[in-house]
Amino acid sequence: MSVPAGHALSLRGVSRRYGDFVAVRDASLEVGSGRFLTLLGPSGSGKTTILMMIAGFVEPSAGTVLLDGRDITALPPERRDFGMVFQGYALFPHMTVAENVAFPLRVRRMGRAEREAKVRAALDLVQLDRFAERRPAQLSGGQQQRVALARALVFDPALLLLDEPLSALDKKLRAELQDELKALHRRVGRTFINVTHDQEEALSLSDEIAILDHGRLVQVGSPQDLYERPATRFVADFLGKSNFIEGEAERDAGGIVLRRGGARVLGRGDSAGRALLSLRPEKIAILPEGASEDNVAEGRIAAWSYLGTGYAVTVATPELGDIRVHLPAWRSPVAPAEGMPVRLGWSRDAAVAVAEDPA
Amino acid sequence: MTPRGRHAAGWWALILPAFLLMTAFYVAPIAQVLAISFTEPQPGFGNYERLLTSEGVQRVIGTTLRIGLITTALALLLGYALAYRIALSGPRTQRWWLLAVLVPLWISVLVRAFAWVTLLRRQGLVNQGLMAAGAIEEPLALVWNELGIVIGMVHYMVPYAVLPMLSAMREIDPRVMAAARGLGAGRVGAFLRVFLPLSMPGVIAAAVLVFIFSLGFYITPAILGGGKTLMAAEWIKLQILDLIRWGLGAMMATVLVVAILATLAVFSRVVNLRRIFGA
Repeated sequence: MSVPAGHALSLRGVSRRYGDFVAVRDASLEVGSGRFLTLLGPSGSGKTTILMMIAGFVEPSAGTVLLDGRDITALPPERRDFGMVFQGYALFPHMTVAENVAFPLRVRRMGRAEREAKVRAALDLVQLDRFAERRPAQLSGGQQQRVALARALVFDPALLLLDEPLSALDKKLRAELQDELKALHRRVGRTFINVTHDQEEALSLSDEIAILDHGRLVQVGSPQDLYERPATRFVADFLGKSNFIEGEAERDAGGIVLRRGGARVLGRGDSAGRALLSLRPEKIAILPEGASEDNVAEGRIAAWSYLGTGYAVTVATPELGDIRVHLPAWRSPVAPAEGMPVRLGWSRDAAVAVAEDPA
Repeated sequence: MTPRGRHAAGWWALILPAFLLMTAFYVAPIAQVLAISFTEPQPGFGNYERLLTSEGVQRVIGTTLRIGLITTALALLLGYALAYRIALSGPRTQRWWLLAVLVPLWISVLVRAFAWVTLLRRQGLVNQGLMAAGAIEEPLALVWNELGIVIGMVHYMVPYAVLPMLSAMREIDPRVMAAARGLGAGRVGAFLRVFLPLSMPGVIAAAVLVFIFSLGFYITPAILGGGKTLMAAEWIKLQILDLIRWGLGAMMATVLVVAILATLAVFSRVVNLRRIFGA
């Protein structure tokens, strides 16, 4: 089966100011054809403003938006030919499901026969063919979301923009629709740009994630890249959980050695001087008697909780402070108890040097 | 009696005084007056026969319906534009707009009618201004005719048209309009296909309200019509007070009441009137 080609989108130095407030600061971004990119950030980070500038609802104060190299910065939204799924779906309440999906075709003055065939195909795509004559108010949240998707895809848009598409759903349904959305992206082969504040959703759906904080694009990369090699403290903390160890670093053959008080911690990176290491809780193990690792720290369990898949344990160490550890329950050598002395160990690869956030 | 039934009976007892008061001083007198249409000058349906035979009666009904419909159409058009403008402005601007719409409601209808007379008569501001500007040679007949009545009535009815339409427009989710644009509809297309249909309940409510009010207008047509164009209310006054034909006047009053109740009955099937009128 031939997959229709998607389109490529670029942002070049795009900013948006509201009076003195800078919502988006000098953002540059390339989204390749057929990719699934997620704009991820906490609320107020500017991710929705970027999406609205791509869609054409908000005009950039500076910079350009390009589609396949063509400048579309000044084009009004209705002439961009982008499909969009709005937060809360924004279905037309006075139209049936089929009429909602037919809307983009009607405003494009498509002939009746072709229109009906396309609407049927779009409803089939999201498995809602049986609900064509219902009103949006008669559908569940998940079904409404699928109508919004069908409506946004029915006219073969150049891009599909998704504004927090899953945020209104409960957790279980959200996971289901995440899988569906991912499968849909594969099937239609178009470029998807998604906005969310949910890091799990971003990790599981995206080919690429762009992380935003206070209007700035902090880091762009594949989910694995961002998780394994976060550039800043914010990225390491927002995408998953992390321990941070601060100290004086110097380079050695395998990376850096960070000194803090009397302790030495080996990590990846090439910074010297004042440095910050990020250490993922699931990469730390409790070492059995006699075992050794690149890095070892002794301490006592200060708190723990059982999560089903594992234990979340906080270990108080005299030299490195509190360290959060995630232990898979089935591999935990000990049953945690408060005050229990433990020896923690982690490899050099587990600790990554990250930059402090700009003030 | 079950405890629950006794409870309900208690509530009924609470509104009983109000109910009796309304019946004794409002419903009963009206019914009595309307009954005159069947008893004067002699018992029977003689007065109602005039609906079919008398050209004068038919003309009054025709004029009333025509002016009512024209007023409704113009008030809806102006009111819709106003409500749309208000609905799309920010909360601060909205308050000022609303004030501007509501202020005329606090000015006596009599004062307003005479104000229109001074503006529209032959030596009035409008005619003199147009003549001074060289737009016309002779003063236009703007008042003491149907045109004058319509101008005065539309002016009176616009706020009543704005309020129900504005409340319907405020319920429209702005994201739905953005969705229409994002899916390829231009400004006009988005308005015609999405905003207009979604504001329709308000338009229907405003139409019912304005039309019903228009049928019973008395002061405005009496002053701005100059006695030449008769609408139902003024005609009733003429029959009862000047010609002492109580039966005929009461017949027209009954027809008015029935027409209003019929309009309400028809539209209560189409839209939820209780919600529209804020009950």
